Amino acid sequence: MFEEVGTTIDGDMIINVGPQHPATHGVLHLVITLNGETIKKVEPHLGFIHRSIEKMCESLSYRQFIYVTSRMDYLSAHINNHACALCVEKGLQVEIPPRAQVIRVLMDELTRIASHELWWGAMAMDLGAFTPFFHAFRERESINDIMEETCGARLTMNYMVPGGVMQDLHPNFQKRTKEFLQLYKRKIHEYDELVTGNIIFQNRMKNVGYLSAEDAVSYGCSGPAARGSGVSCDIRKIYPYEIYDKLEFDEVLETAGDSFARYMIRIREMQQSIRIIEQLIDNIPEGDFQTKTKAVLKLPKGEFYTRVETARGELGVYIVSEGGTTPYRIKFRSPGFSNLSVLDHIARGSKLGDLVAMMGTLDLVIPDIDR
Amino acid sequence: MWSFSNIANNLHEWLSNTFNPTMTLIIEMVLAGVAVIGLFAALGLVLVIMERKVSAWMQIRLGPNRVGPKGMLQSLADTLKLLVKEGLTPNGADKFLFNLAPFIAMIVAMLLMAPIAFAKDFQLWDLNIGVLYVSAVSSLMVISILMAGWSSNNKYSLMGAMRSGAQIVSYELSAGLSVLAVVVMTGSLQVSDIIHSQADGWWIFKGHIPMVIAFVTFIIAVTAETNRAPFDLAEAESELTAGFHTEYSGMKFALFFLAEYVNVFIVCAIGATLFLGGWMPFHIGNWTAFNHVMDYIPSSIWFFGKTFFLIFVIMWFRWTFPRLRIDQLLNLEWKYLLPISMINLLIVTAMAILKWHF
Amino acid sequence: MWLVAPKTGSVASCPDKTAGENKKRIDQGTNKKGQRITMSNEELKTKITELLPAATFEEGGEWLNINIETKDWLSLAQQLRNDNSLFFDYLFCLTCIDWKTHLTMVYHLSSTQHRHNIVVKSKLDRNNPEIETVAHIWKTAEFHEREVYEMFGVNFLHHPDLRLLILPDGWEGKNPLRKDFEDPINMIKL
Repeated sequence: MFEEVGTTIDGDMIINVGPQHPATHGVLHLVITLNGETIKKVEPHLGFIHRSIEKMCESLSYRQFIYVTSRMDYLSAHINNHACALCVEKGLQVEIPPRAQVIRVLMDELTRIASHELWWGAMAMDLGAFTPFFHAFRERESINDIMEETCGARLTMNYMVPGGVMQDLHPNFQKRTKEFLQLYKRKIHEYDELVTGNIIFQNRMKNVGYLSAEDAVSYGCSGPAARGSGVSCDIRKIYPYEIYDKLEFDEVLETAGDSFARYMIRIREMQQSIRIIEQLIDNIPEGDFQTKTKAVLKLPKGEFYTRVETARGELGVYIVSEGGTTPYRIKFRSPGFSNLSVLDHIARGSKLGDLVAMMGTLDLVIPDIDR
Repeated sequence: MWSFSNIANNLHEWLSNTFNPTMTLIIEMVLAGVAVIGLFAALGLVLVIMERKVSAWMQIRLGPNRVGPKGMLQSLADTLKLLVKEGLTPNGADKFLFNLAPFIAMIVAMLLMAPIAFAKDFQLWDLNIGVLYVSAVSSLMVISILMAGWSSNNKYSLMGAMRSGAQIVSYELSAGLSVLAVVVMTGSLQVSDIIHSQADGWWIFKGHIPMVIAFVTFIIAVTAETNRAPFDLAEAESELTAGFHTEYSGMKFALFFLAEYVNVFIVCAIGATLFLGGWMPFHIGNWTAFNHVMDYIPSSIWFFGKTFFLIFVIMWFRWTFPRLRIDQLLNLEWKYLLPISMINLLIVTAMAILKWHF
Repeated sequence: MWLVAPKTGSVASCPDKTAGENKKRIDQGTNKKGQRITMSNEELKTKITELLPAATFEEGGEWLNINIETKDWLSLAQQLRNDNSLFFDYLFCLTCIDWKTHLTMVYHLSSTQHRHNIVVKSKLDRNNPEIETVAHIWKTAEFHEREVYEMFGVNFLHHPDLRLLILPDGWEGKNPLRKDFEDPINMIKL
C-alpha cells in the first residue's frame, strides 16, 4: 500500500493520514487524494489493530468469549458484553431476573454517556479546541469511578454474563450515580457555552459532510450517524430489548444530515440517557442479580442474532452453533465498520480540515472497525 | 529615581569617558546584542511557563508543578532537554534551507526588538519610520515558514507552509491598516512620538469607537500573523500533525517555538505601544494630580503590564476557540476585516483632520 | 427544566431540499414511498415464493431464512430492494460461514420503512466460491464484501474494488477465517 505516495497523473497530491496521526484517534490509515486543499478521494486502509476476534471466539467457550468483546468498542464495553450475553441467553432460552435487567440498562446508559463525553472532547480537539477535552473528562471520570466500584474496572468492565450480571451493585452505586446526575446537570450549560454556541464551531460544522437519508441507509450507517440524517434506527425503540419498551425516552432525530446534526444528536442523546437513569435509579427491584445457569454452557444447534444500540450505532452479534461448548462461527456486525465506509462519500469535495470534523462526527473507534 | 534610562545613561557616560567614541559604539552594540539575546531567552522561558499555567487554569488542572517552586523551572528543564536532543534532518530534505529556516525565524524576531520602547527613554533604536519598519520586517517571518515547509520534503509541511503564506500575506493588510489609524492620528511613524502623543490619554480612549475597532482588528490580525489559534492553520495539529515544523526536532524545533513566543510578545508590545500608550502611565487629560500619582509607577511596569495583558488575551483565544477552516480564514480577512478597516481608516482620517478626538 | 434546548436549530442549516423531505418523513412516521406495512414471516414467505419459486425456506428462528441458488441472488436482491411492499433497503449484516464442505453466504436484510427482516443464504462451492456482488444495490456491501473476500476467499463478481481491506499485502489466497487455516507462527491454540 505504500507505493501510493507521490502524485497522480492529474497532479493531485496523495497524502497518507495515519496510521499514526493525531486526528484518526487510533491506527486508522486514510489515503487521501487532494487537489490543493480539496479532497477528491478518501480510501481507508484498515487492519492495524485487527486481532481477529471472530476467529479467537471460535475457540472460546460461551462464558469466555464475552470478555474479548470488551476490547472491540472499548468505549461501550458494557453494551458489547450486553449484546453477547443477550445472544447467548437467546440460545439458552433463559429469562434473567428483573434486577439484572435494570442493572444492565443502567450500566448501558452510563456507558453511553461516558462514550459521548469522550467523543465530545475528542471532537472539539479535532477542531483545534483543547479545553473541552478536560471539561468532558471531569464528568467522564465520575462515571468511571462508579464503574470501578461496581465492576472493578474502568474501561473494559466485563460485568455482564449470560444469565445476568457478574456481581451485585456496590452499596454506594445509587448515591454516586445521583451525585453524577447532579454534577452533570450543573455543568451541562458549559457544553453549550464553550462549544455548541461558538460561532467558529458552528461555521465549521454546518453544511459540512452532508449525508442524505437514502445514502445513510444504503451505506448501512446506524446510530447517531444515521439519525443525524433523519433515519429512525434506534434499536432500543424499534426492536426493544430488556426493559427499554417500558421506559420513557425519545429517539433523538435531526434532519439536516450535516456534521452539526450528528453533533447535536449525541448532545441530546446524553440528555435522554440521563432521563432513563433518573427513571431507574430509585426503582431498582430487589432480588437476584443472576439466574442460575449451568457451569458449562451449551447452545442448541442453530443460529442466533441479537441487535443492540451501542453509543456508535447498531451492534449485531451473530452466533452459529453446532451444539457444542464453543461457537462454530461468530460474527460481530460493528457499527464503526459501516459508518467508516460512508466517509469517502461525504468527504469528497470538502476541505482537508473538514475531513477531520467528519471523522469526529462519525465517532470512529478503530478497534471496533478492525475487530 | 531608579529607571532603565538612568542606568543606560550612566553606562554611556562611563564608557564615553573611558574609551574613544568608536570603541564606545562597538561596546554598546555588543551589549545591546547580548541584552536582546538575553531578553529573548528570558521571554521564551517566561512565556512558555505562562502559557502552560494559563492553559492549565482554563482547563481545570494544575499545569507543571514538579520542577522548581510551583513548576516555575519547567521550561528551563524543557530547554535543557531540547538542547541535548538530536536535531534530525530528513533524507531528501534541502539541507541548506532546512537548517537555515529556524535561524531566519529567530533573526526576524530579533530585528523586531529594535524599535520597541521598553521604558521611558529606553529604546534600542528610535528610528523615524519605526512603525513601517515593524510591519515590513514582520512580513519576513513568512519566508522562514515557507522555507521550512518547502525544504522538509514532507507534504504536511508543504501544506502548512502554503496555508501560512496565504494567511500571513492576507492578514498583513488589515494589521497595517489598523496601525495606520494610529499613525494618522499621531502624524508620525516614530515610536517615541506615538507614545508622547498619548500623554493626555491612550489612543484607545481618545479615539472614540473607530480606535476601538482598529484595536480589535489589530488584535485579530496579529493573532493570525503569529499563527496562534484560532488561526493556527499552519501547524493545525489535528489536520497536519505539526504543519511546517513537522520534521524539526531538538534545538531547531525549539528555535521555531521560541520565535513564535517572541513574535507574540512583539506584536503585543506594538499593540500596547500604539493603542495603550506603551510605557506611558494611565493619564486622563488635564487631571494633573491624578496623572502625577500614576507617574509614580515605573514606566517599565506599565509597559510590561500592558504587554502581558495582551499576551494573556491572545492565550485566552487559543485555549477557548476551535480552529477556522482555510477558506473561512481568508473570507474573514478579505470579506470582513479588510473592508471594515479601510472604512475605519477613512473615518479616523476625517476625525484627525476635523480634530474630533480628545 | 434543566434539559438545555439548543438555541440553534440545525434544521435551518439544511443544505438542500432533501433535508426538508427527511423532516416530512419523520413527521409522518413513514418512508416517503408510503405507509408502513410490516409483513409477518408467512406473508414474506408467500411474497418471496412469488418472486422466486425455487427458493426454499427455513423457519423456527426469529426471522425467515431463505435458501437460494447462487445464480438467482442478483435478481432476487434487486427485487427485494426495489419491491415497494418488501423494500429491504438496509443490509445490516453480510457474512460467510465455512461449513468445511461448502461455504454459505449470509445476508441479513431489514426494511427501514416496513420494519421486517429476512435472512438470505446461499451455498458456495468451497474450492471456487463465486457470487455476484450487491455493492451497487446496498453500498455497505462494498466494504463487507471486501472483508469476506479476504477472510474467506469468496470472489465477488463485478465488485468495483475487490482488494484486501484489513489484511496486509501478501495475504491474497490465505483466508484466516476458514476452518482449515493454519498459521505456524502467529496461531495461538487453546
